[in-house]
Amino acid sequence: MNVPLTAVQTAPLQARDFKSDYKPVWCPGCGDYSVLSAVTKALAMLNLRPENVAVVSGIGCSSRIPAYTTCYGFHGVHGRALPAATGLKAARPDLTVLVASGDGDGYSIGGNHFLHACRRNVDLTYIVMDNHVYGMTKGQPSPTTEPDWCSKLAPGGTGVREFHPLVIALASGANFIARAFSGDPNGCANLIAEAVRHPGFSFIEVLSPCVTFRPEQRGWKDAAHPAPVAPTDDPGRAARRLMTDDGFNIGVLYKGKRAAFSPGSAASARPQDLEKAFAL
Amino acid sequence: MKPRPKPAGQYADFMARAYTLELEATERYAQFAEQLETHNNGEVAKLFRKLADIEALHAKRILDEMQWPGMPVLPPAYAWEGLEAPETAPFDSVHYLMQPWHALEIALRCEQDAQKYYQGIAASRAPQPVRDAAREMASEEAEHVRLIREWMKKVPRPKAGWDEDPDPPRTNE
Repeated sequence: MNVPLTAVQTAPLQARDFKSDYKPVWCPGCGDYSVLSAVTKALAMLNLRPENVAVVSGIGCSSRIPAYTTCYGFHGVHGRALPAATGLKAARPDLTVLVASGDGDGYSIGGNHFLHACRRNVDLTYIVMDNHVYGMTKGQPSPTTEPDWCSKLAPGGTGVREFHPLVIALASGANFIARAFSGDPNGCANLIAEAVRHPGFSFIEVLSPCVTFRPEQRGWKDAAHPAPVAPTDDPGRAARRLMTDDGFNIGVLYKGKRAAFSPGSAASARPQDLEKAFAL
Repeated sequence: MKPRPKPAGQYADFMARAYTLELEATERYAQFAEQLETHNNGEVAKLFRKLADIEALHAKRILDEMQWPGMPVLPPAYAWEGLEAPETAPFDSVHYLMQPWHALEIALRCEQDAQKYYQGIAASRAPQPVRDAAREMASEEAEHVRLIREWMKKVPRPKAGWDEDPDPPRTNE
């Protein structure tokens, strides 16, 4: 019997189908385990298949995620996950592209790319696992570290005001802004799925405690609470909300209506020709 | 075990919740086992693996009883009273130097929370078949609590300073 290939039915995948055989090497109790679980649950919820998804990351604990999934992955250069992901999405708009980062990678060395990714509004989902510290390099203060956080590496604290990524994302043009908490992996999965569905650049800040260098962040599970208001599509209202936010409002905080950016024309050169141009 | 009503309406929803509760507990213990295997704490990893297997048996029993062929996709995330299902251990409960007693302490808390959850439903205004099933499950969880307490008597209690590592793998330098 001749059955067209397009008629072949495939069984819906489960979260575990998106987990690779590589065992994560995060510290036991790290919030990033839950984020990985949330990502795989979200991909299953969205009925996607690993071959249709790419996970792009930079450097840091959180950026290990691509290897732990069965999707296409790109573990890129420090802070440069977003430009790589933007290029990928422009070249392969059919792929669902997730970008994983941390507060060090994404807001410090990658801070400039963050602004312009929000501004461009390419259809990407940017998941930043924020633990207010550089965990992989042993506990230096990051852009979101509180000014008075005292450690061996920053005695008395840095005294520098922390970065407010959600406000910056809004001001720069992100089309979807949410905050999740790794202690609520189901809620986090729902938010990731919603972010993927929303067109344009979706930004999710995930509060993901570092149990090694910031053990006090175990207390986040008592501080995190559902945002008391419904998401708004009014940037002015969102700005007021975000500016007065306590940092623990969980949920979708802004859902914009900007159309996603996509390249206006098809590729004008073949990859082989481009390679020739770079030949030494 | 008394024969239970046929899956329908709220009763089936309740059983689906019970199934999810067991499944999420299974997944979390399996995650813990994996984390501790990676960090060379084989003894506790084995114990978590055992706990995951026990919870998986409970989940399977619900499927068998309901004559459900299986959940083809992960059930939807329910709105639990807390952040996660009552029998799911918080993700940050583990430590790389933890001992079997700690793992059992976690399991004890989870079983107690599950018992409380079912007791709450049994005492609620839910339909009678749901209350009956919840009462039965609460007594099963109470039995698990008793078993874990017995288990804990056979395991040495950790000494003070169990988490002190003279050469920690990660520290401010």
